Amino acid sequence: MHYRSMRDSDCVVVMGSNMAENHPVAFRWPMKAKVEHGAKIIHVDPRFTRTSAMADIYAPIRAGSDIAFLGGLVNFMLNSPRWNEDPFFRSFVVNYTNAATIISEDFRDTEQLEGVFSGLMKYTGDVKEWPYNGFLGEYENKSWQYARSQGKSTGWTGATQKSGEQEAGDEQNETQQRAAKLAAGGPPYDKLVQVLVPPSAERDETLQHPRCVFQILKRHFHRYTPEMVERATGCPRDVFERVAHAILDNSGADRTVSFAYAVAWTQHTNGPQVIGCCALLQLLLGNYGRPGAGIMALRGHCSIQGSTDIPTLYHSIHGYMAHPSAMSQHASLAEWLAAETQATGYWANTPKFMVSYLKSMYGKAATRENDFGYDWHPKIIGDHSHMPMFVAMNEGRVKGMLCIGQNPATSLNARLERSALRKLEWLVVKDNWLHETATFWKNAPEVRAGEVSTADIATEVFFFPAAQVAEYDGSFTNTFRMLQWHFKAAEAPGDCRSDNWFTYELGKRLKKLYAQSSEKRDEGFKNLVWDFEPDKPISPPGEPSAPKILKEINGYTSDEPGKHLGGFDELKDDGSTTCASWIYCGVFPKPDENRSANRQPDPPDAPGQAQLGWAWSWPANRRIMYNRASADPQGKPWSERKKYVWWDEGKKRWVGYDVPDFPLEKPPTDKGKPGATGMDALPGTAPFIMKSDGYGWLYVPNGLVDGPLPAHYEPAESPVRNPVYKQQSSPVYKYWKTAGNPLASIGDPKFPYVITTYRLTEHYLAGAMSRWNPWLTELQPELFVELSPELAAEKGIANLDWVRISSPRAQVRAKALVTRRLRPFTIDGRTVHQVGMPWHWGYEGVVTGDVVNEMSSLVGDPNVSIHEGKAFVCNVERA
Amino acid sequence: MDVSRRDFLKVVGSGGTALSGLVAVGASLAPARARAQQLRIRDAKATPSICPYCSVGCATLVHTVEGKIVNIEGDARSPFNEGTLCPKGAAIFQLHVNPNRPMQVLHRAPGAADWEVWNLGRAMDRVAELVKKTRDETFMEKTSEGKLVNCCTSIFSLGGATLDNEWNHLQQKLMRGLGIVPIENQARI
Repeated sequence: MHYRSMRDSDCVVVMGSNMAENHPVAFRWPMKAKVEHGAKIIHVDPRFTRTSAMADIYAPIRAGSDIAFLGGLVNFMLNSPRWNEDPFFRSFVVNYTNAATIISEDFRDTEQLEGVFSGLMKYTGDVKEWPYNGFLGEYENKSWQYARSQGKSTGWTGATQKSGEQEAGDEQNETQQRAAKLAAGGPPYDKLVQVLVPPSAERDETLQHPRCVFQILKRHFHRYTPEMVERATGCPRDVFERVAHAILDNSGADRTVSFAYAVAWTQHTNGPQVIGCCALLQLLLGNYGRPGAGIMALRGHCSIQGSTDIPTLYHSIHGYMAHPSAMSQHASLAEWLAAETQATGYWANTPKFMVSYLKSMYGKAATRENDFGYDWHPKIIGDHSHMPMFVAMNEGRVKGMLCIGQNPATSLNARLERSALRKLEWLVVKDNWLHETATFWKNAPEVRAGEVSTADIATEVFFFPAAQVAEYDGSFTNTFRMLQWHFKAAEAPGDCRSDNWFTYELGKRLKKLYAQSSEKRDEGFKNLVWDFEPDKPISPPGEPSAPKILKEINGYTSDEPGKHLGGFDELKDDGSTTCASWIYCGVFPKPDENRSANRQPDPPDAPGQAQLGWAWSWPANRRIMYNRASADPQGKPWSERKKYVWWDEGKKRWVGYDVPDFPLEKPPTDKGKPGATGMDALPGTAPFIMKSDGYGWLYVPNGLVDGPLPAHYEPAESPVRNPVYKQQSSPVYKYWKTAGNPLASIGDPKFPYVITTYRLTEHYLAGAMSRWNPWLTELQPELFVELSPELAAEKGIANLDWVRISSPRAQVRAKALVTRRLRPFTIDGRTVHQVGMPWHWGYEGVVTGDVVNEMSSLVGDPNVSIHEGKAFVCNVERA
Repeated sequence: MDVSRRDFLKVVGSGGTALSGLVAVGASLAPARARAQQLRIRDAKATPSICPYCSVGCATLVHTVEGKIVNIEGDARSPFNEGTLCPKGAAIFQLHVNPNRPMQVLHRAPGAADWEVWNLGRAMDRVAELVKKTRDETFMEKTSEGKLVNCCTSIFSLGGATLDNEWNHLQQKLMRGLGIVPIENQARI
């Protein structure tokens, strides 16, 4: 969803976020909903914040217990009379979700296996050259699949963005091999897609079949009672029930509820499952694709969405395609296409996206004869994400680093990351200020304390000062996928250069250095297209043309580079189109039309207020995704109040306030063609067109490596045993067992308290954009630790005392802020205290303070390798 | 480095925006403030821009006089921030105009106790040379199992999530073009 749509919500639940303080300007929209039409605001959080102060209901929970709370909401809805009687919910769930789909008879749930799912086994997937994947275990997901009417029910797992990383069934292997053979001759790839069409899945629309998703859900969540919610989360039962009633009462044909979350949902060893649990709840309540409905992901940086879409992330290539990998069946382009193409739904176009991407890499050198240069494209050989990279670096496996706009010296288990930096042969830092990473060899606490000598640090270090946002052209993609262009207003001073300048100039120098090479392994780089010269010189010399870069992202006709592509439906699989990012296709449809620079707001009385003239959102300038769900199965608005996109019987097409997220002329009565590919396979009632079956997935047969349903697990470090299952923590999370990264055992008396970390309004992340800024540092000068009056009394700590906070990795000092914002919880009958700390400080800048991240550990979620910074354990003592 | 109240006011004053730096001005100051605002941006050129902090994407206007930034404020036309900014957004000015801002390229030799100022071109040449050297020494064409991978895992590209889409495209393209696969971003964590 987008945050402006929260103005249309009837209830907003902020959970895993302190929206009022960390996304204050977005918070004006839920506040407008509250002021203008009395929407209820609910805040579920371990800490009472300014978001809580604005809320109608504040529900305190222990950090790390989100799934217990959300699971409780799911169970509450499934058992409530209104949910079972209101035809809206039934219609939405039967038609728009996979509730009716029947699952393999081999599936076993956590209910049967004491907290784990069927298929759990020892992890053996490392490539020998990269032993850093960290998995404690892994699931084979064959038993989680849909039961299918033809063929063996367990064989076909369906291709997804993740499928390549998973154990494939025999039948799927055979199908993929057949498909790869068909594709080996090059495009067109229609036959490949056709071979991959799965047998149809069995369904029971009465929702009575014991193995249908709906019945599995009911059994899975039945233990998440209000009593269990109180035991696991510490939230009083009556508060939980008030929250549940408010959500249910504000859901339905003419009311909608939205959720907002931030990194307090993601930074866990099961973060994607927390979000998945909310998605499941919102699907059950019909809160998707409609005004004021959905889940608002409040991301943290101005173009964090852009750097995920255009992935400076190791695991994917443009537009959410899987990075070619030595761990998957990706040996050739044909094999990659066979493994990664989903034959039904919109992803059936994958061959077009991939070939157009390869053309953007290698240009004319990418031909059908050489698989469009696929062999030149590198393959990943393991988990090359942030945490394993620093572990590998600390072992001397990484020699050089380009660090551009990030400050890892104050990042996760920061002492370990700084130890790793000392092992580098060379380090390039390009940033606004001489931050902690730039000066780790000189001013880090271990250097100042004499534990490490500067003279012994053999790293060659470079610092390049950065230009700032108003000093160059370019675009950011915001938290709801909206690209906004910013224009250069002034020259950057001295040697300050844009990031584009740096990377473009580095590329040009490397091109020269490799120009004479005749090595086979340099062929790909020699063929890499690297021409972003401005048509007219711009300052400073060497600055590339930002519009030319955007043009390559958007796409153009290969033989006629002046002809930009207008949208992703123009892409071809034969090399005749060049497009780096299929999802961004359409942002720059003509040489003189950069739609990210559009600045035309809707008139105040325009219905829908989709703001289509202000900037541009991917995909296709759509503002609310899956908006087919804003109409009922027949195509009529669910209610006048929540009207958004609908089927116009006269015009025979989908119309509305937004760009409809559906084939424009596919009528609601279309039944979908059995055996067909792409969108033809889906019925006119299926809003979730990126899914192979067009349904919103309550149960996730593939795509998540840690289970098809969310289950409450304790964080990697917890003071309590899991009150919900015998299984303590996720059986498959990632832990990098290495010196300097010990974990506390369950209930370790040396570290009895839960600690959570967070951000403040006046500071930004590791401080590189705020700690050198006098206006901001004056407002928020000093590190502190928040603790409850109860804990303070127990430990003899008074407000403003110096306190030592320690974890198994490190200890830091901070001033005590004794406050009722924190409170002790009763978990499973015993008192659990919790403290909270912001983590913006370091040893450089206008204001300094200890590095709170030194206390965190290198443990990660098995799907995305994010760390667990929101819930671990500590001790506090008066310093 | 400590900042005194006087330093703080000096910084604020040097940008000519003393009043905007003061929080909680009383109502009686409002007319004076409005007049100061007018004077500050009179004859200034307004360039549309976007806040570089969080992901909300507030639209801003950058006011320049003779090429110098004199003021940055919320763009009232935006239907998303409606002219408003949070404290960080209201301080974008100091990302640009700030006495602490480094403007020179620095180099620290292995084992050296301090920085040395380097010429920009020389530093770029040296970085290119190091990237090539490390890549050539550690490039892997095939794994021990014989899989063609054409990759290099010994150079790590770590980049922030406050950088442009265009930079992300250039960086991932250059790295993947060279075969460097450890590419990461703040977006991970």
